[in-house]
Amino acid sequence: MLLLHFAIILPFLFAFIGPLLQKALPRVHTGWLMLPAPVFLFIYMMSLIPVNRERGPLQGKLSWMPSLGVDFDVYADGLGLLFALIITGIGSLVVLYSIYYLDKNKEKLTHFYVYLMLFMGAMLGLVLSDNAMVLYGFWELTSISSFLLIAFWHKRERSRYGALKSMVITVFGGLAMFAGFLLLYTVTGTFSIREWIAEAPSMANDALFLPAMLLVLLGAFTKSAQFPFHIWLPDAMEAPTPVSAYLHSATMVKAGIYLVARMSPVFAGQQAWLWLVSGFGVATLIYGSYRAMKQTDLKALLAFSTISQLGLVMSLFGLGSAAAFYTGTEQALFYSKATMAAVFHLINHAIFKGALFMTAGIVDHETGTRDIRRLGGLMAVMPISFTIAVIGAFSMAGIPPFNGFLSKEMFFTSVLNIREAELLGLHAWGALIPVIAWVASVFTFVYSMLFVFRTFGGKKSFEKLEKKPHEAPLGMLLPPVTLASLAIVFGLFPNLLSYSLIEPAMAAVHPNLLEPGKQFMVSIHLWHGFTAELYMTAGVVALGIVLFLLHRRTAVLHAPLFERVSLNRVYDSGLKLLDRFSGSVTKLYMTGSIRQYLIYIFVFIIAALGATLVSEGAVQLDTSGFADMSFYEAVIIIALILSAIAVPFANSRLMAIILTGVSGYMVTLFFVIFRAPDLALTQMIVETVSVALFLLCFYHLPKLKKEVVKLRFKLWNLLIAVGVGTVMTLVALSASGGSSFESISHYFLENSYTLAGGKNVVNVILVDFRGFDTMLEIVVLGIASYGIYALIRVKLKGDQEEGAIET
Amino acid sequence: MELYMSLAIGVLFTVGVYLVLSKSLLRIILGTSFLTHGVHLLLLTMSRLKTGAAPLLGEKADAYVDPLPQALILTSIVISFGVTSFFFVLAYKAYQKLGTDDMEQLRGSDDE
Repeated sequence: MLLLHFAIILPFLFAFIGPLLQKALPRVHTGWLMLPAPVFLFIYMMSLIPVNRERGPLQGKLSWMPSLGVDFDVYADGLGLLFALIITGIGSLVVLYSIYYLDKNKEKLTHFYVYLMLFMGAMLGLVLSDNAMVLYGFWELTSISSFLLIAFWHKRERSRYGALKSMVITVFGGLAMFAGFLLLYTVTGTFSIREWIAEAPSMANDALFLPAMLLVLLGAFTKSAQFPFHIWLPDAMEAPTPVSAYLHSATMVKAGIYLVARMSPVFAGQQAWLWLVSGFGVATLIYGSYRAMKQTDLKALLAFSTISQLGLVMSLFGLGSAAAFYTGTEQALFYSKATMAAVFHLINHAIFKGALFMTAGIVDHETGTRDIRRLGGLMAVMPISFTIAVIGAFSMAGIPPFNGFLSKEMFFTSVLNIREAELLGLHAWGALIPVIAWVASVFTFVYSMLFVFRTFGGKKSFEKLEKKPHEAPLGMLLPPVTLASLAIVFGLFPNLLSYSLIEPAMAAVHPNLLEPGKQFMVSIHLWHGFTAELYMTAGVVALGIVLFLLHRRTAVLHAPLFERVSLNRVYDSGLKLLDRFSGSVTKLYMTGSIRQYLIYIFVFIIAALGATLVSEGAVQLDTSGFADMSFYEAVIIIALILSAIAVPFANSRLMAIILTGVSGYMVTLFFVIFRAPDLALTQMIVETVSVALFLLCFYHLPKLKKEVVKLRFKLWNLLIAVGVGTVMTLVALSASGGSSFESISHYFLENSYTLAGGKNVVNVILVDFRGFDTMLEIVVLGIASYGIYALIRVKLKGDQEEGAIET
Repeated sequence: MELYMSLAIGVLFTVGVYLVLSKSLLRIILGTSFLTHGVHLLLLTMSRLKTGAAPLLGEKADAYVDPLPQALILTSIVISFGVTSFFFVLAYKAYQKLGTDDMEQLRGSDDE
């Protein structure tokens, strides 16, 4: 049990004691009570960076379910720490922001912060766990807490819809990932990700390796909103803005990215991995940026922008895995630059996207709308928010001197580099990737400009707004200002991050690339000469400005794409269809008619028993040990069969009862013939009482009518009945045909007198050898009589109204 | 004998199943008692018939029939009697309350 374990558990503790504290200090805003947790964790994680650099990753074991190989093992290497810093850092800022954003008197704050702390703890556990099962547990916990946070305003229908949608999609992916982990476990016999990475080379030829990879990727793609699973993210924007800023820009949507980065050493070196991760990433990048241009709602724009940026990071991790195909360090390092870009952009995206979401929240808070068609001219009244928006959006668009520019340049470098990977046959397609990336960057530029200038630029037209806009309070501005400053600082001094965060994270993604003791060269410069990347950026800016100016006039750029076809529609109608399909299937076989259910049961008996009898060749007519038949027995058998067969044809109640009684007495006679005196006695008494009961009851039941039913009904019944009869006959024959071993009864016969002192062996068995059966059968009779008494005597409500149907 | 008994058991099962599949509750109850008889005879037949004297040690016979299935059948007779009686009264009450013994009409409500 390390401090690191405690750090993961701390948010859960806060989630637990927060409501109690709130009760004790009702005047204080819950956010202040919660703020120490993320701040402390952030400082602690910062302190781990030098530890990681000097002494290697911090590892800790905590036994949880050792028999299953599931232990709460923590492992803080560069990658885990990077994510932990993003989670705790942005977490602190978001908590601070939400203190000013959420009104203490209007909202259920304790709920909000409990969910938020649950989420923070789950997310920390996710990135710091070494055990795949524990990781999966935290993964699902993030899904659940995200579900709760999206539906925070649960009285709104849209919130509930968005929450459910995100839940369905992410849990679907989570379960797929779970299956993938189980497959990896069957291959390696361990859940430790460390050991998987160590065993990766020997795993590659296993038949389960590829399915495991696909399933794990499915989990990553759904969580990180990759195309076509991105549809939950825009609908998750119904959540309060702090939640959107935190979960849906900086942390939860990066969980899939984390998974890809973390599992990269296991799967890299597979062509499929590179193609899938890069392919889906690039597709998501272009699609998200295209859709983002068409949004009119600030948060929807940011949601699609997040989707596209996640695609960018995902594709960079995919391209970075090309390094695993090269043994020569020189070339491998060449391709690992993509990983560097990915890690760098991951940090940048968390920073500027958090700032932008908070800005959108401020705009919403101060004007009462997020629709860019109604906003405009806020520059004059909200200068600070405007500055933040400019920094964030320009960083997102990739304009110097902000940090987004640097990662964009590195992204272009990586996509240009990948053309040279001959190993992968990328010659033909390799040229396509830079083109797509470039076009997507143009779109990115356009929507970034839209975000700023549609909201803050243009004419003032405040009469349409609900509130008179003014600058937000200082506390609400502080977090986005912090983030915006970071965007500038990292833009001007990117090497602050180089060896503290980026290099250790790269080392975690490419553990086997370098000899021990060596480091990756990470040097990021704002200016690196006139290169192809720079010209590409210039082109992006030029074309982007043109498109931005044409944006209103060209319907292609802002009209919604394909009003008819959308993935949301596919999802919605798919769910409806499933619902209807399962409903109709259920209606088909669950009719409520007892006869139908009995038919299923009997048909199954016929099929199962009949098939078994035939396939096992069980029916062997070995008549050697059979007793012979006398005249009396023949008469009794014939009487039994005739009386039984006559019952269905009986037209009156009395006739049917008497015939049933006859067959009962015939059974009694059989017991006599087959040397079973006690059975004969009991059967006779029971049969007599039964017949009496029959008469008693049937006196009150309606007359037995000839059933007016279709002939088909009767034929089916007959067919099934004959089927069951035949099968049972065969069973009886095969059972009595050949006994495979001696009966145990000789023991009872020998010891009945000596041990139990009784000569009637059947009775001795009933009360001595097997007395428990008898005791419980007495209980059965007792219960039956109580039940009957209750049925007759207990008056239920509504009994007075004759014929009223109980519901 | 076992051969003919097996046939008789088959007939009892056939009649029982046929009755259980019919519409009126009354016939269904009759059907259950046929099924019960079928099972009891099946238990008896399976253990070989007429291999010796009745299992009473006072008989001093060389061989006795198997007493174990007889004990089982005895237990089963009593239990099925209890269940059948309960079933009778249930049918009676159901008819009293609902005014029909047609199983096709006793389908329960839709919102189950």
